[in-house]
Amino acid sequence: MSNVLIYAIWFAQTCFALAMVFAAIRLIRGPAAQDRVLAFDTLYINGMLTLLMLGIRSSSTAYFDMALLIALFGFVGTVALAKFLLRGEVIEP
Amino acid sequence: MTETELSAWIVIPASLLLVLGGLVTLIGSLGLLRLPDFFARVHGPSMGNTVGTGSVLIASMLTASALAGRPVLHELLITLFIVMSSPVTSMMLVRAALYRNKVREAKQLAAKSAADAAKAHG
Repeated sequence: MSNVLIYAIWFAQTCFALAMVFAAIRLIRGPAAQDRVLAFDTLYINGMLTLLMLGIRSSSTAYFDMALLIALFGFVGTVALAKFLLRGEVIEP
Repeated sequence: MTETELSAWIVIPASLLLVLGGLVTLIGSLGLLRLPDFFARVHGPSMGNTVGTGSVLIASMLTASALAGRPVLHELLITLFIVMSSPVTSMMLVRAALYRNKVREAKQLAAKSAADAAKAHG
């Protein structure tokens, strides 16, 4: 019965990899800067989900900590980029 | 899943949640690629951020709890963080896009009126 879970993990990993490819295409091609920031946001979320797939497959808890760190730092980076687009500088005096 | 065999009551819901999460995330990223305008494109990835992340983390919680024999709930931390941070990100990006569009339109209007004034004088 575990074969079903392995096939589902394969399918989900393929989906996330394809979604990362789409986000990378938008990151390269995006007409405005805000499109690129949105594509970066999607890219790191999909990378985090791929890492969680590896965590389910190998049933270890190390991947969970990495996923939490990716989510935290990705959020900080996206907010800094959005603030820069809005104001022209990240930390205002 | 290698050392102990999981029961069907865990495997089938976890597999369904993984397939659902993968499909929803893929459709959201396809929307990011295909939709025509930035304000339409913002809607696509938020689907993957909420339903995709939620279902994958519930599947991870199910398998980890079944393997450990006790409830394992660390994954709720990531869910909570993503659910809190995703609307903040979208709101800041949309505000930046609105501001930048406004600045660009004002610049275009100023250039057009300057060209009209030059034409009227010359």
